[in-house]
Formats: sequence, C-alpha cells, structure tokens
Amino acid sequence: METPEQIRDRLLARFPGAEITVVTNPGTAAQHSLLLGAAHAAAIAQFLRDDATLKLDQCSNVTGIDWPEKEIIESTKTTVPDPAGGAPKVVETKTKRLQPGYLEVVYHLYSIALRHGPVILRLRTGNRTDQVTVPSLTPVWRACEFQEREAYDLYGIKFEGHPDLRRILMWDEFKDYPMRKDYVEPDDYEWEPTPHGAVLAKAKTHYPSPAAQPPDEPSVASAKEGAKP
Amino acid sequence: MSDAARPVPAEQATPASPTPIQGVVITDRERDELRRQGILLTSLQELYTWGCSNSVWPLNFGLACCAIEMIAASMAKFDIARFGSEVFRPSPRQADLLIVSGTVTKKMAPQVIRLWNQMPEPKYCIAMGACAISGGPFKQGYNVLKGIDRFIPVDVYIPGCPPRPEALLHGLLEIQKKIKGFKISGPDAPRHLREDINCHCPVPEFGEHDLEPPTNPEFWQAPTIVRKE
Ligand code: SF4
Repeated sequence: METPEQIRDRLLARFPGAEITVVTNPGTAAQHSLLLGAAHAAAIAQFLRDDATLKLDQCSNVTGIDWPEKEIIESTKTTVPDPAGGAPKVVETKTKRLQPGYLEVVYHLYSIALRHGPVILRLRTGNRTDQVTVPSLTPVWRACEFQEREAYDLYGIKFEGHPDLRRILMWDEFKDYPMRKDYVEPDDYEWEPTPHGAVLAKAKTHYPSPAAQPPDEPSVASAKEGAKP
Repeated sequence: MSDAARPVPAEQATPASPTPIQGVVITDRERDELRRQGILLTSLQELYTWGCSNSVWPLNFGLACCAIEMIAASMAKFDIARFGSEVFRPSPRQADLLIVSGTVTKKMAPQVIRLWNQMPEPKYCIAMGACAISGGPFKQGYNVLKGIDRFIPVDVYIPGCPPRPEALLHGLLEIQKKIKGFKISGPDAPRHLREDINCHCPVPEFGEHDLEPPTNPEFWQAPTIVRKE
C-alpha cells in the first residue's frame, strides 16, 4: 500500500488547493494519518473509496477526541553581546502561549477488496464551543452512521450532511457531552468501601471523618446527604 | 402450617380439653398422618400461598451479562422448572417476578419501572448481581443507576458478578419462603391484599443532566456513614 505521503501527493494532484497534512505518530505503531480540511474532506473520502489502487471500501472505526485548551511554555535563547566587550551572554526568555482546544474525529479505513489498510483520516473542529461542525462521511461509508452519532452524543461534534444526527446512547433531553474532559457528572455519590484517587476526594466531601463529626450529633452529614434530591 | 388451621399452637394447646364446639385442635404430626391416609385438612390461606409460591412466573427480560446466568438457570442443567418457574412470560401482564438481571442504565431505568408497574399484583422483584444492587463495576460512572432499589421495592438481593444460577435458584426459594409466610387478611397481609397501600411506582423523567428525580425517597435514603480515618 502507498505511504501516507504518497497518498497525500496523489490527492494534492487530484484536488489542487485542498488542505492535507500528514500527522506523524512517533510511537512504535507509527500509524501516520492524514489531516483533512473541512472543504474537501467529503470529496477526498469519495476518491479514496473509489480509487482503483486504494479501494478503501470499509470504514471500521470512528473515534472522537477532545483536546482541551493547553498552555504551552516556549523558551527561546538569544545571544546578547556584552557592551563592555566581554563574552556574549545567552539570555533565555520564556513565553506562554495558549493553544486553543478543538475536537477531533479519526476514521480508520481498510480495503476488503485489496486486503490492505488502515489509512487514517483526521478531521478537526475550529474550537470546542461554537465551531464544532465537520463534514459527515456517512454518505461515503454507511458504516459511519451510528459511530458519528456516538461522537455527536458523547463529544458534541456536529456532522454536516449526516442523514439522522440524533443522540444514540444518552436520551434526547440530555444536555451535556459526557466524554469531554470538562464534563461534570451528576453528584449522586454513594458510599464506597475502598475509595481512592478521585473517588476518595469525592468521598471526603460527602461523608465526614469521625474527627469532624460532633460526638453528640452523629448524623449531621447524613441529614445533608439524605436531603439531597 | 398455617395459623387458620391451627388456632392455638400445638405445643401450648392442652390436648386433654379441646372444646368440640370451637373446632378440632390437631398437631402437625397428626395432620401429616392424615395426609398420608388421603385426608387433606387445609385452610384457604395455605392453599393460596402454596399455589402462589409454586407458580412464580418470571418476566422474560434480561439487561446484561447477568441475564446469561438467568438463562442458564432456566435451561436443562439447572432447570428452574423444578421450582415451578419455568414459564418465562414475554408480557408483563402475565408475569409475577421481575428478575432485574444486569446493569440498569439511566436511559433504561424508566422502562424497567414501567414494566414493573405493568405487572399485576402479587409481584416480586429480585435484584440479581452487583449492577442491579448498587451499580456494580459501573457505580462511579455517570450513566448507570446505583441500584434498582432506588425506584422499585426489591424482595431479594443476589450478590455476585454474575451470581451463579444456583444463587438465583436460592433467591427464588427465598421468594417462595416469603410467599408461604403471607397472611391473606389483616394488617400483616402483603401490599396487594390491602386497600391502603398504593402499589404504583412513579416513573422518573429524563432530565437535562440526570433522571428527575434521581431516586424515589419513599424507597431509598442515603445511608448514614462516618468515614474511617
Ligand atoms: S453484576 Fe457483573 S455480570 Fe452482572 S450485569 Fe453487572 S457486570 Fe454483568
């Protein structure tokens, strides 16, 4: 099978002006992927499916990813010549940069006819709040339908051109996107025999230690807990 | 042995002075002896509970992995038919026993409660497995109900992940024991024989973040717990 770079070059020849970037995977799996711009994504997908040498006729998996805003600290070293004529000094300046967050969809494509794959496509949204639309690939691969609905349900990625974009796992009235990093789950904590980590932190807010409990009023916290709706 | 057939406990009755007008007082042994001779002395209550307890028909309904064990219990090797419960009814209108066998997601919970409401009295509920009892391995998640007893009254809890079919049979025997202890009149009668108890369980609505309400306070209150240091 062609490498992602070869596929990119062929695509660029076929779709001049399309945004296609190869995203390399530095890990041992070395599964590099193609990041597509929204404008040409659907046409490129159609081409990948019908092209005689690729024939990517199966979309096996659609994954959603949430990339929250990240603070990146960059340090730059500059050499300042000493005005007194001594050796030049190296000054390190640190700049903070806020990398905006975005949502991402990853498609794993295989060819059953030619028995090769995967070719990995990525689509990114503009941000995590109001520009969350990417083109749907369901018209190209029917198998994407439920998986794109799942990505919509759990991450809030809107797929333009999807034939039936509704929630699939959560109920229709649900307002949150539970797989996003900043999701706050309903506070229905209940006693856990061996709490640790995040659960221990929750446990501490919900039932007190004997030291914090006045000896003659043993159910202060439980009254609060019982009053919880 | 029912109390109606034996107005005075046999041990306390003075066998020398039974008044023939009030009725015959006989011991359990004498009754068994009569049975062996083909004479059946019984009461309506005994007949009623005997009939009820040996024809507990479960609802044909499974939710997750625990349902596989429930199915195994109904097949030849474990043979739930030995206890009169082989008739799994596909309609709640014909069922006596709701075996909540598996994970109850919040999306599924209103349907489970609706099924329970559709079953005619007398009806019984078994919470089978860690999930149905407390949410089990998914307890700290956002979309699993932390125990079906937050919404419907549970008669028997069967712990395990999953419980073995023998455990389910044991649970069924416990239900039978409970039915055999029923009084058919008076203040100790079960809820379906009394006018003053409303057997309807309110069905929660799908809210924007959680079920509304998240528990039914009539059935479930958060326990009083003090954390160990
Ligand atoms: S208790 Fe265990 S076996 Fe039963 S439904 Fe839950 S996870 Fe599955």
